[in-house]
Amino acid sequence: MKYTGAEIIIKLLEREGIDIVSGIPGGANLPLYNALYKSKIQHILARHEQGAGFIAHGIARATGKTAVCFATSGPGATNLLTVIADAKLDSIPIIAITGQVPSSFIGTDAFQEVDTYGMTLPITKHNFLVRDARELLYIIPEAFKIAASGRPGPVVIDVPKDVQCQAIEFDQWPDRQKEEDPEEINLSGIKHIAGMINESKRPLLYIGGGIVNSKAHKLLYKLAKRNSIPVTSTLMGLGCFPSGDSLSLGMPGMHGACYTNFILNDVDLLLAFGVRFDDRATGNVKKFCPQAKIVHIDIDRSEIDKIKKSNFSVTGDIGLALKQIMPFINSDRRGDWIRKIEKIKEEHPFLREKNSDFLHPINLIRTISNLVKPDTIITTDVGQHQMWVAQAYPFQYPRTLLTSGGLGTMGFGLPAAIGAALVNPDKRIVCISGDGSFLMNIQELATLADLNLNITTIIMNNGHLGLIRQQQELFYEKNYIAAKFISNPDFAAIARNFGIRSYDLEGMENPMAVLSESLTKPGSCVVNAPIHYAENVCPIVPPGAANYEMIGGEKND
Amino acid sequence: MTKIASTIIELTVQNHPGVMSHITGLFSRRAFNLEGILCGCIGKGTQSRMFLLVENNGRIQQIIKQLEKLYDVIDVTLREDYDHTLFKRLHEFIK
Repeated sequence: MKYTGAEIIIKLLEREGIDIVSGIPGGANLPLYNALYKSKIQHILARHEQGAGFIAHGIARATGKTAVCFATSGPGATNLLTVIADAKLDSIPIIAITGQVPSSFIGTDAFQEVDTYGMTLPITKHNFLVRDARELLYIIPEAFKIAASGRPGPVVIDVPKDVQCQAIEFDQWPDRQKEEDPEEINLSGIKHIAGMINESKRPLLYIGGGIVNSKAHKLLYKLAKRNSIPVTSTLMGLGCFPSGDSLSLGMPGMHGACYTNFILNDVDLLLAFGVRFDDRATGNVKKFCPQAKIVHIDIDRSEIDKIKKSNFSVTGDIGLALKQIMPFINSDRRGDWIRKIEKIKEEHPFLREKNSDFLHPINLIRTISNLVKPDTIITTDVGQHQMWVAQAYPFQYPRTLLTSGGLGTMGFGLPAAIGAALVNPDKRIVCISGDGSFLMNIQELATLADLNLNITTIIMNNGHLGLIRQQQELFYEKNYIAAKFISNPDFAAIARNFGIRSYDLEGMENPMAVLSESLTKPGSCVVNAPIHYAENVCPIVPPGAANYEMIGGEKND
Repeated sequence: MTKIASTIIELTVQNHPGVMSHITGLFSRRAFNLEGILCGCIGKGTQSRMFLLVENNGRIQQIIKQLEKLYDVIDVTLREDYDHTLFKRLHEFIK
């Protein structure tokens, strides 16, 4: 049989089970689009490559499966860089297939030529520059294997236009590459960890995105409940442990739960499961859990001892490890430890209700959570609203919070919601955003209007880059610069003119009824929710300080 | 200032354009010091051997783990048994 490089790519994507690709065509990937014309794969035409890329994020983050996006050479590829870096830092399996100028033009500064391979080298799990169509038969299945194996991550495949057009003869399609099996975990290590847990007096589970990726949330729950171990989760792990449970301690760190940042000081055994000791979670790492022995389990060997030296570590899949550990775990009620935690919780309460203002950020987030089903998917942008969501939204299930954690990309929320909605047609997706972030990918409202998906976008509008304003207030002598927007658009009118239903809660007599309608009526809508500009995210750990030195976590009198 | 002893990391890697960028890129973006590189083809030319002269400090295990993660790296060995005379002679040559 005879196929062109472009046809081989599309055929192999179909064989990998890809049914949606987001992207934007351009001169250097037109052969690829021509091959897509004959395929059953649904193409989502975004309005900016970053939008296309974050749509792929939404698909991958909501399902755990690898998602694919297309971009052309030059600006198409550079517009994808943020998306790729975001996937690297949050361990998201996406494959970006970029067009490149024809091989004979490479290195000549041709029109729309950039060194995509060179530029994506430090931000991918691996990248390929395809030199011959025959290589695609190996590279495409290999890219899927790399993206999903072990610690997932982004793969870039840069395909020159002549390679897309090159027709080759071959006998059979390559098989799907099986993902690499996680390494076996040795039983003596497992028993050792179980012994450390059973013997500890004040253990704490510190969990993160690794639990999501290995689908280990149920085993985590069993372990925590059997041995009465409280659980604190990083931003990437929220939803893995039900937030309403008495053992749930929310997030640690920079904007974490006040009491949790104090509890860390008393822990004698830190069970770091599927986490990477990110600086936003640990604060000053030298003062993080000063009394604790550390057991670190992670699938990525290079995360062990990278930031914090562990007393005992295992490289492997956290789900497999938990499964093996469970039989050796004693049932324990840990009365003293739980009482101590309750006491610290009383002394250092978190998210105290100060007023009944409907538009107070914490109240607004709680109201939203009461109006939607518990398995509703929430996407966020980056900033104050993101931290308020992380603090106050009662997440119950993994993959219900989709947020840009490691890279912190403003503009993530709307396109990620589109991706999540495409693979969850029966669910409502809520994008909680801020006025600063929303403008960074507002053009994707046009993509949303094309698709009319069940997405409610709620813009917490304070007319500021709120987290910047807050940091200037607290750490830069109130020298406010470039934090307040001189003008602020009418978001409801903008959405309406994109063809999307919109609401404005400004001055509404019955905002509850409006918010309720926005979250239940089918189709897309945008809600402008004005909030007070001076509202800060509390607590906040100053740069370089220990978590317990946070501002806004003072003792309750 | 005390001079920190150097050591050699021996790599076996796939031989194709871009491998060197993957290796040197890792050192620069993770702020590891790289003092010298020697590289050449082995076997039928599908693989290369690289010798990296690096500072023997507390980060060496992290460097090795990060190198092992690179897709084109087949083998990583810390060669504390090697002396650095080869690199010394090269440095003299370069001067």
